Amino acid sequence: MRGAKSAKWVAGAIVVALAATACGGNDKKSDSGMNAGKADPNGILVAQLSEPQNPLQPANAKESQGSRVLRTLWSGLVDYEPGTGKLVNVNAESVTPNEDSSVWTVKLKPGWKFHDGTPVNAKSYVDSWNWSANTKNNQTNSSWFQDIKGYTDVHPEKGDPKKTEMEGLKVVDENTFTIALTGPVSYFAYKLGYDVWAPLPESFFKDPKAAGQKPVGNGPYKFESWDHNKVIKVRKFDGYQGPNKAKNGGIDFKNYTTAESAYSALRSDQLDWIEQVPVTALKNYKQDLGDRAIDQEYSAVQSIVPAFYTDQFKNINPKVIQGLSMAIDRETITKTVLNGTREPADSYVARGVLGYKPGALGDITKYDPKKAKALITEGGGVPGNKISIQFNADQPHKAWVDAVCNSIRQATQVECVGDSKPDFATDLNARDGKKVKSMYRGGWVLDYPVNSNFMRDLYGSTAAGNTSGYKNEEFDKLSAEADKAKTLDETVKMYQDAEQLLAKNMPAIPLWFYKNNSGQSKNVFGKIVYGQDGDPIFTDVQVKAKK
Amino acid sequence: MGRYVARRLLQMIPVFLGTTLLIFLMVHILPGDPIRAMFGDKGADPAQLASLREKFGLDQPLYMQYFDYMKKLFQLNFGETFGGRPVWDEMTAAFPVTIRLTIVALVIELLVGLSLGAWAGLKVGKAPDTGVLLFTLIVISVPVFIMGYLARYVFADTLGWVAPNVDDSMDITQLLLPGFVLAMLSMAYVARLTRTTFAENLRADYMRTALAKGLPRRRIVGVHLLRNSLIPVVTFIGTDIGGFIGGAVVTEGIFNVQGVGNLLFRALQQREGSTIVGIVTVFVLIILVINLIVDLLYAVLDPRIRYA
Repeated sequence: MRGAKSAKWVAGAIVVALAATACGGNDKKSDSGMNAGKADPNGILVAQLSEPQNPLQPANAKESQGSRVLRTLWSGLVDYEPGTGKLVNVNAESVTPNEDSSVWTVKLKPGWKFHDGTPVNAKSYVDSWNWSANTKNNQTNSSWFQDIKGYTDVHPEKGDPKKTEMEGLKVVDENTFTIALTGPVSYFAYKLGYDVWAPLPESFFKDPKAAGQKPVGNGPYKFESWDHNKVIKVRKFDGYQGPNKAKNGGIDFKNYTTAESAYSALRSDQLDWIEQVPVTALKNYKQDLGDRAIDQEYSAVQSIVPAFYTDQFKNINPKVIQGLSMAIDRETITKTVLNGTREPADSYVARGVLGYKPGALGDITKYDPKKAKALITEGGGVPGNKISIQFNADQPHKAWVDAVCNSIRQATQVECVGDSKPDFATDLNARDGKKVKSMYRGGWVLDYPVNSNFMRDLYGSTAAGNTSGYKNEEFDKLSAEADKAKTLDETVKMYQDAEQLLAKNMPAIPLWFYKNNSGQSKNVFGKIVYGQDGDPIFTDVQVKAKK
Repeated sequence: MGRYVARRLLQMIPVFLGTTLLIFLMVHILPGDPIRAMFGDKGADPAQLASLREKFGLDQPLYMQYFDYMKKLFQLNFGETFGGRPVWDEMTAAFPVTIRLTIVALVIELLVGLSLGAWAGLKVGKAPDTGVLLFTLIVISVPVFIMGYLARYVFADTLGWVAPNVDDSMDITQLLLPGFVLAMLSMAYVARLTRTTFAENLRADYMRTALAKGLPRRRIVGVHLLRNSLIPVVTFIGTDIGGFIGGAVVTEGIFNVQGVGNLLFRALQQREGSTIVGIVTVFVLIILVINLIVDLLYAVLDPRIRYA
């Protein structure tokens, strides 16, 4: 089939683009004058976006693309302060827990309006969450509401929902409502910063499908148009009451077929912000773009995870996994193979998250071939003396998997090979079906900036993100206790203890934290500021006034 | 003639059914669950997975899925994407773009390919012939994507004649460069094919007759020679249009053209069965119709060919 063959060629094209961009690297000096001129408060920013997979409904964006648009259209109760991850109120006047953090009272700032002019009140939130949690409404993020009392009525494990409302949600008055949880969760307010907790106007429920094509939110931007596969336009909402008013006139989210074409559009100033510099341009993009290059860490971690259901790792001594971890030269690999696009990890929790402790894993993430070998021998060796690392070949993972394998092989003489799956779907199938042969690549981007998100949601024995079959009763107990702690500080502290427990037990080998390697065009005034989740804070981006 | 066309049209039905069944099966044989893939690294809630599978009919046995799909197809309903958009809408947005691109490529292919081939064919063994031979050799041996990046580097980045990316896929002037790149390979083949048949037919009896009759050279070459030499070229172009649509996956990707190739590539990545089968079904129809047209064209070009 000619089509299938051509698809393979696209991958090969990357190699050629490398050559092409390398030639184009030096011909223009990047004298961008980023801060020269004036900002135009009504200037339109052009940003890169692939077609969102699902309709634009707040709880229906499991991928970053839909989520990027949703975040401009909606403002939630709270948000995270960039840099510190601290919680700030947006649409909420206050979010207060009761004594044991099992019932939360939310007071809204009065006078907020949706883009269609209807008021944002307690009912808008309660109705929205009830609708989104309902299995029948097929929202990909529906399980986010599982802490709320009555969730199993609208979202039973099997079969049709029995009710349409969760008993935990109660409207008190126009601007107040309460949330009763199934148990105490001290950091529940932190979860509320995620897209899924957005309010919905009454018009939504009349025709949710149409509303997903023409969303009406309460955020700093209002929806203007969606030309499928081409462009989504949002414009500044003049009636916006929140603290994060848009400093530009709106955003055109444009679709580009490849990272290469987006990059070349950025260089010719057709596009103002790209998501990620293509692999082929990573070596040169800083020369190409000068101070318009963006190189910024965000809160996400990549690990390799042993499949604990395999014979190999079923009864493994954690020392062996520690040994494997110490056999990986993270410093060199991130600098060379990955071109500085990652930072070596020293903890299970990514940087910028509440509770991150530098060097939490101590020596375990330091490269030390001698000690690595000693630990593996001490732990009884790797069964079969051979491991494989499963990854999806539709993303550029092969290079670093090979490098990690080389590092392990040289340091410990344990044979290590990559196990490539053609694409992400196949990779996930093997993980879910418990068919991973030895180890697999795992990635985790934060949902909310508290360390529990990087531990309980990944290594808890019943967590949806736990696909390795890891089970540690002590950790489960500790995290349950931590969730019940009186204050957030205590919770965070207890999770830090739990991290030490994990260090002894090694549910995964953290490799590195992600970085954004991106760029902005000459039309942008000042440098683009990023949030914790690796996306720009679009409301703060300023566009230069045309001369 | 009419009976011939009717018979050919009837023959299309089993071909059409067979290909859709094959494509449908192929999509479903692919490993990996598209619904699960929507949830990514974060893990999926089993109840929600079950409900989504039910929504898209993926919980049904395969033969039921095929039956349902075909039933809808005969009502011209191509189903919905995972994002809840009718596949028909996606296709009506993408096909006009690719058709424009194909037309641009076809025109370039014919104009350049035919004239190069004719030029070489009239001067067999001389410098133009060798030159064209060399040029086409290079074009044939360089893969499309290299050609694409090279063309962009030369014409957009260095010379600045065109923008490096297509901004508006419906604007035919912006499709010139991608169309040119898409046409390159076929253009080389057309040139070679034309050259060979030209050279061959130059020695044909009817040429000598025409020459002896004292017809002007323009008429000999432009009518007698060209028309008779076109038959293999027309056959080639017929099969080539299918190739264009396949090649568009690469070219559209390089130049940011939002056409069918791009849509198909994305649908494949997401295992969106309804979109893949829909697009391929239309491809199959297009290719069947083009083949019919090509066969009918033979009769026009060569009066000796008759269809009964």
